[in-house]
Amino acid sequence: MSEIVKKFMYLNRKAPYGTIYAWEALEVVLIGAAFDQDVSVMFLDDGVYQLTKGQDTKGIGMKNFSPTFRTLGDYEVKKVYVDRASLEARGLTQEDLVAIAWEDMETEEEVDNIVEVIDSARVSALMNESDVVFSF
Amino acid sequence: MSILHTVNKSPFERNSLESCLKFATDGAALLLFEDGIYAALSGTSVEAQVAGALDKLKIYVLGPDLKARGFSDERVIAGISVVDYAGFVDLAAESDTVQAWL
Repeated sequence: MSEIVKKFMYLNRKAPYGTIYAWEALEVVLIGAAFDQDVSVMFLDDGVYQLTKGQDTKGIGMKNFSPTFRTLGDYEVKKVYVDRASLEARGLTQEDLVAIAWEDMETEEEVDNIVEVIDSARVSALMNESDVVFSF
Repeated sequence: MSILHTVNKSPFERNSLESCLKFATDGAALLLFEDGIYAALSGTSVEAQVAGALDKLKIYVLGPDLKARGFSDERVIAGISVVDYAGFVDLAAESDTVQAWL
């Protein structure tokens, strides 16, 4: 465990499956989660498509990594944000997105869904607060 | 002479669809696949542009790419046909040329 805790933001701006960015980002988030940093995951622009419900990749012969997002809570990732304007431009609402549950193993505090839809000003503020932004 | 235009990029990230719609002429076909399928969905900021193109083009979207990304046929703009891989092959075979907008 490192002693200095930094605020890491993983910034996702690419749709899944068409390119490798979304899958690679998820891999890096899961690896990074092992280092006990303050992690937030941001979905912006086409990145919001990564979180759509009901993804079924059997027909395209690729791994469906959508279920892996639901395990983020188990990796102590508690901050997942989605830009509202990006959703709206794509005709989507939070109803179209997967829910990610989170539970504190020690206190048994539970959150049904840590996915938070936020406005652009909040996105900017969170970016400004971050020590490091990893872009995908 | 009939052309099948294909677009596999998101309309929100690239101008592939925009250019395709600008240059495709009456009677041509357009197949949306991979990240291009997002242009076929209703309720988006490009819906009017795509729906308007239905006046001059026959538009198709690849079903397996829709499903992979979590969208059912019901989310597709009325007038756009959902096809499978065999349908993609038929479209290519029926057309004189295939023009890809990468």
